[in-house]
Amino acid sequence: MQLYGTEITSRLLLGTAQYPSPAVLTEAVKASGTEIITVSLRRETADGSGTAFWQDLQKTGCRILPNTAGCHSVQEAVTTARMARELFDTPWIKLEVIGHSDTLQPDVFGLVEAARMLSSEGFQVFPYTTDDLVVGEKLLEAGCEVLMPWGAPIGSGQGLRNPDALRAMRAHFPDVPLVVDAGIGRPSDAAQAMELGMDAVLLNTAVAKAGDPAGMARAMALAVEAGRAGFTADPMERRDMAVPSTPVLGMAEFA
Amino acid sequence: MITIAGAGLAGLACAYELAQRGSAVTVYERGETPGDSSVARFAGGMLAPWCERESAEEEVVNLGSRASDWWAKITPVHRRGTLVVAPARDRAELTRFARRTSGYRSVDGAEIGALEPALAGRFAQGLFFEQEAHLDPRRALRDLSAKVQELGVEIRYGSPAPARVTLDCTGMAAPLPGLRPVRGEMAILHCPEVEITRTLRLLHPRMPLYLVPRGEGHFMIGGTMIESSSDRAITLRSLSELLSAAFALHPGFAEASVVETGAGLRPAFPDNLPRLTEQDGTLYLNGLYRHGFLLAPAMAQQAADHLLPETSDEDHRERQTA
Repeated sequence: MQLYGTEITSRLLLGTAQYPSPAVLTEAVKASGTEIITVSLRRETADGSGTAFWQDLQKTGCRILPNTAGCHSVQEAVTTARMARELFDTPWIKLEVIGHSDTLQPDVFGLVEAARMLSSEGFQVFPYTTDDLVVGEKLLEAGCEVLMPWGAPIGSGQGLRNPDALRAMRAHFPDVPLVVDAGIGRPSDAAQAMELGMDAVLLNTAVAKAGDPAGMARAMALAVEAGRAGFTADPMERRDMAVPSTPVLGMAEFA
Repeated sequence: MITIAGAGLAGLACAYELAQRGSAVTVYERGETPGDSSVARFAGGMLAPWCERESAEEEVVNLGSRASDWWAKITPVHRRGTLVVAPARDRAELTRFARRTSGYRSVDGAEIGALEPALAGRFAQGLFFEQEAHLDPRRALRDLSAKVQELGVEIRYGSPAPARVTLDCTGMAAPLPGLRPVRGEMAILHCPEVEITRTLRLLHPRMPLYLVPRGEGHFMIGGTMIESSSDRAITLRSLSELLSAAFALHPGFAEASVVETGAGLRPAFPDNLPRLTEQDGTLYLNGLYRHGFLLAPAMAQQAADHLLPETSDEDHRERQTA
């Protein structure tokens, strides 16, 4: 999988918030086999502090995808993105512009505007968006080369609320990397996303808040791999009729 | 003579353990008065190892389960337990909390009302950790420094430590690899209209809160854990979240006076557990994280065992304190 020209092997991206300790986080990152971890800046960086924790993150050897989590306006998101570029020396930014404080639903109008501004400044934007096709098109026009549709609201662990919309998105954007971001609660959710043909899955809470984060990180990695393998192996279609899986020919006949 | 750098919580607890075992101790403290440069003054003062297990290692329960007895010899300890509740919509948080912890019993709305009449009819389910306790951190620091002085320990306020000390308890000022600051923020409310007598924890997916009664209508509220080295004053976001959560706990807090806010940096190692380490001939006790009052007693005992190995035998200690 290529994200902005960078070849990535692991299709699981991991968030770094809410873990019981940095030591547990480090174990989970290792167990997940992820190559990309997201880092929230909003709260920690207001005055350029928080470096000790980031040094721990950089030691994992993963590529850092800073995010603008918690930003509620275009200006706030753009400012945070610029700060992230300075701090982590990367053009990558996971762009969140939150429109609703209860559901943390993206403000897609602000998102498109911020994506346009940041792309023109040379950022490589990973927009956290809904499964709306028109918004997806506008984001691509704004310069995005990756789309990150939600599965369900951030941190809700509800799984994929609207798999049909994600399937439609896959069909509509066959060549754009699609990363399901937010809402994954269990390994089966991650596998389902991959079976729908998503290119990758980004999750945080499901691992961070599990009783055994490293164990759950490994489970998610296996699920992502299984779901992807299932997708590429071209699964059978559903049938209404039962079809015997053993051949009838040659069965014993009872007179 | 044992010399200690830092008369914060860790330094004083160690001085107490060492003096108890007959050692002569001098403590050097940059600050002018007891506790005024210690991050412990912003602490909740909860002695709540079973609740902490929700996000901490089992080690915290092992080390912290006897902290109440240790503190009771020094300062008033309120053994009234911890009551954990969640708004109806966040019932799943309570299930999760219960699954990760032990040492509680489930309580229904009627029992919650019996334990804390102010909460009657407000919460239908909760967890009651009966063995837990709380203390007043500032009073405890004052009482502890008075106690160690009674035991003959000399505390030199306003005087920097010599280049070489036996034991370094200087928190974030210590030059230890892997030590990082974790910012915590708190507020103190004055609200005599609401009567609550034990530590409460309100579970919420985004803004969990703990509230510790300080007596005479005062309450400490806190709950933020931020990976940051900034010790600037509390942010508007944190303060508004803490205050909203307090209001969700009881609408009577709407009329509370916010008499103080504070923010401090808690020293922590990557596993968020405290450590005794030796470096260049000095012993360091550090990384108490958010568990200062809870783990200082056990860690001070370990430090004393290390420095005075001949006293580390359990029977001897019991004879000493008997």
